Amino acid sequence: MRVDFHSCFPLRRSRVHEVFGPSAMTFAAMAAQGDLLWIRESWLSDTMTPQGLLPFCDPSRLLLARPKEQIDSLAVAEEALKDGALPFVVIEITRPLNLREGRRLQLAAKAGGTTGLCIIPEGMGSNAAETRWLAAPMFNQTPDPLQEDSTLMRWEIKKNKSGTLGVWNVRWNQKTRRVHVVPPAVE
Amino acid sequence: MFDGIRKRVVCMWFPRLSSDRVLRAHPIDGPFALTLKTNNTERVYCLNEAAERLGLSRGMSFADARAFCPDLVSRPARPDLDARFLATLRRWATRYCPWVGYEGEDGLVLDVTGSTHLWGGEVDMLADMRDRAARAGVALHLGCAETRGAAWAFAHFGNGQTRLDDLPVAALRLDDQTITSLQRLGLRTIGDLNAAARAPLARRFGPELMIRLDQAVGAIPEPVTPESDPPHYATRMSLPEPIGLTEDVMGITMRLLAPLCDKLKAQEAGARRLCLTLRRVDQGEQQVELRLAAPMRDPHRILPLFERGVGEVDAGFGIDQLRLEATQVEPLPVQQIGSRQSSPDQLNDLITRIGTRIGLENIQRFLPADSHIPDHAFTIAPAAFSQPDSGWSTLRPRPLRLFPPEPIATTGSQPPTRFRWRRMTLTSGRIIGPERIAPEWWMADDGWRSGVRDYWRVETREGRRLWLFHTPQNPGWFVQGEFA
Repeated sequence: MRVDFHSCFPLRRSRVHEVFGPSAMTFAAMAAQGDLLWIRESWLSDTMTPQGLLPFCDPSRLLLARPKEQIDSLAVAEEALKDGALPFVVIEITRPLNLREGRRLQLAAKAGGTTGLCIIPEGMGSNAAETRWLAAPMFNQTPDPLQEDSTLMRWEIKKNKSGTLGVWNVRWNQKTRRVHVVPPAVE
Repeated sequence: MFDGIRKRVVCMWFPRLSSDRVLRAHPIDGPFALTLKTNNTERVYCLNEAAERLGLSRGMSFADARAFCPDLVSRPARPDLDARFLATLRRWATRYCPWVGYEGEDGLVLDVTGSTHLWGGEVDMLADMRDRAARAGVALHLGCAETRGAAWAFAHFGNGQTRLDDLPVAALRLDDQTITSLQRLGLRTIGDLNAAARAPLARRFGPELMIRLDQAVGAIPEPVTPESDPPHYATRMSLPEPIGLTEDVMGITMRLLAPLCDKLKAQEAGARRLCLTLRRVDQGEQQVELRLAAPMRDPHRILPLFERGVGEVDAGFGIDQLRLEATQVEPLPVQQIGSRQSSPDQLNDLITRIGTRIGLENIQRFLPADSHIPDHAFTIAPAAFSQPDSGWSTLRPRPLRLFPPEPIATTGSQPPTRFRWRRMTLTSGRIIGPERIAPEWWMADDGWRSGVRDYWRVETREGRRLWLFHTPQNPGWFVQGEFA
């Protein structure tokens, strides 16, 4: 049985979701709608570039919070989710969340009507998450010669509290600025 | 013009304001001078009495002054601090009357009409002024007359003279050329000038001379313009009994905030930084500082932002005095309600709340910068002190993640077909490039010491899409970024 992608992908509002894998950051950029807050601990050395974000979301609508440690980043996330001024909040997690922390984020998102997305290292998921995704880049065997597009990815939903699991190959369409599902290439 | 009350104006002249200011802090015996560099020469700016007695004068070059007087002690002059000192003296002078203005850079003018009797008459008031200035170590010359011009004349030239007519013409605030010409004509005192025919003098010297004369004798009014004190944004409250509960402190804070915000509203200003000082019964002081993301003056919005800071205060045996001060204030004009969406306010409140936890500088936004170097093509600025800028453009795709260059072991000027990166063996599938980026010679950047870089987009068969670069001048391969 195939579950419909569009029943899962624009991530459900008022919930906190999780994503991991090499393309987790790309997943977050594609999932974001409107203004967003990106919470990233200040000791992390690699940076994201606004020029790289440009195809997916407008970098001028992004606010970056640089807390010192995870306890601060969770506090900032809870505050922002509860407030609702920014509809989308991305939190980069560096140590596993316990059930209490995950649940508090979930309640905050419900109170503010906002969407949260945790970028987690593999295997550090929280039981409170609404969905958990694995995003990995894929090599495009048959590239479209017309568009220099190389955003083919494999998205797998690993956990879903209100639905079944599924795997899709997806691609970002630059013109319509949305995610398209592509049928798996025939080997 | 004359309404039955005789106008009295006092002119205070501080002839050695600058040197008195320095010597008050660090007394020095013997000759002392302040020097100021003008036209590439050190010149004497101000002298103390001992130096004046030795024959030194203002404006002479400092080298000459030292030749006349080898043991001259000198300091650099600070005209800005002198102006501040004069402002302090102005505030002090308001004890005699509320109508105090500046007279040049080294004097004050007071309209004491109707306030002399409070000091037991004019003579006693002037004696009190002299006494206090002497105790403060500031040289003071006083002039008291019915007009501002005459008061100035007595302060500067009235060595025991009581009649305005006996004073020299220089006491009329004229320029040096006019004074010399008048003396050549034989008009040495104000009395001589007053007795002379007006029309030829006006024709000879212009209207300025007659205006100054009329101002001194009172034929033309010359009002004193008092300086207004800058608004002071602070409120405080002392309590009869110490308090310790958070709700009580918040309640008092609200009562302090309301008048402060009224004051801000009257001045069309908004607070950017607030400081709440809580004094405990044992005299210990604690401060709660609140930095706002945008200027604000709505007490109901500011109060919840204090909750976190007040919650951390240790009340000890109780708090009995609170002081709230807006330490940084920005203009905030009155705005029409209803025309704007509420979302910017809500966002600013959120930034402030997060800022109290992690610091207001740690909430940032990207701003475009004009550079081809990928890691200099944007700047990161604090969101509270910048406006969003949407002028983003890229000619070529740029990676989403950028990390410090990680070397990979390979050689040659073409990208490798197989390489190891982060303990993964990767095989190149598709290669796009090269794109040559030259370092910016006007910026000193250690990372770009190795010369120009040829950037390649490498799509690996394993999936990862990497941004590799080769440095032909200093052969080596590095991975610097990862595409979406």
